[in-house]
Amino acid sequence: MDYAIIVLLQVVVTIANLALISAGLAVIFGMMRIINMAHGEFLMLGGYAALVSHQAGLNLWLSIFVVAPLVVGLVGAVIERLVIRRLYGRMIDTMLATWGVSLALVGLITVIFGNTVAGVSPPLGSLEIGAYAIGRYELLVAGVSALLFAAGWWVLARTPVGLIARAAMQNRDMAAALGVDPARVYAATFVTGAAISGLAGALIAPIAGVAPTIGAAYIAKTFITVISGGAAILAGTLSAAGLLGAVNAAFSFLTGPVLGEVALLACAVLLLRLLPQGVTGRFFRRSL
Amino acid sequence: MSILAVSNLAAGYGAIGVLRDVGFDIAQGEILGILGHNGMGKSTLLKALSGAILPSAGAILFAGADIAQEPPHRRARRGLGYVPQGRQIFPGLTVRENMAFAARASGAPLVIVDEMIARFPRLQPIVDRAGGVLSGGEQQILALARCLCAKPSLILLDEPTEGIQPSIRDEIVETLLTLRRELGLSILLVEQNLKFMTDLADRVLHMEKGRLAFAAPPEAAA
Repeated sequence: MDYAIIVLLQVVVTIANLALISAGLAVIFGMMRIINMAHGEFLMLGGYAALVSHQAGLNLWLSIFVVAPLVVGLVGAVIERLVIRRLYGRMIDTMLATWGVSLALVGLITVIFGNTVAGVSPPLGSLEIGAYAIGRYELLVAGVSALLFAAGWWVLARTPVGLIARAAMQNRDMAAALGVDPARVYAATFVTGAAISGLAGALIAPIAGVAPTIGAAYIAKTFITVISGGAAILAGTLSAAGLLGAVNAAFSFLTGPVLGEVALLACAVLLLRLLPQGVTGRFFRRSL
Repeated sequence: MSILAVSNLAAGYGAIGVLRDVGFDIAQGEILGILGHNGMGKSTLLKALSGAILPSAGAILFAGADIAQEPPHRRARRGLGYVPQGRQIFPGLTVRENMAFAARASGAPLVIVDEMIARFPRLQPIVDRAGGVLSGGEQQILALARCLCAKPSLILLDEPTEGIQPSIRDEIVETLLTLRRELGLSILLVEQNLKFMTDLADRVLHMEKGRLAFAAPPEAAA
């Protein structure tokens, strides 16, 4: 029984982590159709922002929840202004440009911090269930992930900002003809996506550590999750993370983490073969 | 007094010129129709006026300000409404959300959404339905109601009767005439349906090969 509870909690944590690290990409790709190849580096920057500010003496929670999203949001604002804004509507060009940004960020951070893994111990200790234990911090991260998606749904469904964002996403020209400046909406969306990625990177840094090249470890999984989810940003990311995360966690338990990753990729290939439009192309079509 | 004065307007798509030396004006509360065969530049004229394409020459004075080089959202906020051909409803937003968006985008109070739903009774039973699943006629009424939610002083209407049934056509005529009478609304109407044009327009201009060829009263155009 204890083992079953621990396995269940671990599956939930894996799903939540996958959804969390995919959320920023889902916002930018889902709303702007921009394939942000620098998404992994936004996660990495979030980790470094939290780590550096904490090592400088700032409270860990402030470093994670305030500094990291602010810093990466600011970096996102600069990249949007200098690079992305000139390339809206040109998917391949934005992909290449953000790939260049990705390489530049990896190089810059390697020069500053060196090519080593840094980290901070996860706070809060562990929760013991019989003979087994799971980190309380991991459960907190899962809770934050759930809250983040709930907040995202509330903003999109219930606020004027969400209404404007959804309309601009569906028909940019008509939104402009009715009085909304699409450039401002797109800039705000990109910055929001970057800030969410920064928060996600900071949250997982105490669990996974941080290194200049760690973005590469996340980018494939996050892209697969967002693409497998389909058009609906929140429902798609959540459903794909639920399916792929569960497969990943189950196979990791049964066979080890390497085959867990292989199972995740195989499941994604099968999913996209059966549902080329992603999960929300068939199910939850009217969801956000 | 003119609410819109266009002079020497030229516009097109890239190197392809469509409009040449177009000039006309619309008085406050006037309904001006533009007739012409397909491909003569009628929709391009409305796109140039709404800001969807920028003119290569000429002036567009709207309420006294030259808006020729302004982006579409600035023109909309000045009170220039645009109902494009094909309606361009936001398919994933409900009827009410489509209208609320227009009110939010223009800074109009949200109460206008309920006012417009009351003006267009056909929208009442479908306010919570997604725009993408509506019939062509319902979408046309929604497109017009959405535009009116932004409280425009001039509406650019592009082929509003395309693909809709006569009863809806009559409803649109009735509502536009009422709005003109009550609010002094001005309308620039591009249309190929002569009955609709004669029911609505005070004056008709004929467009040929990107130029305005001649003006006539609606009865003469018919």
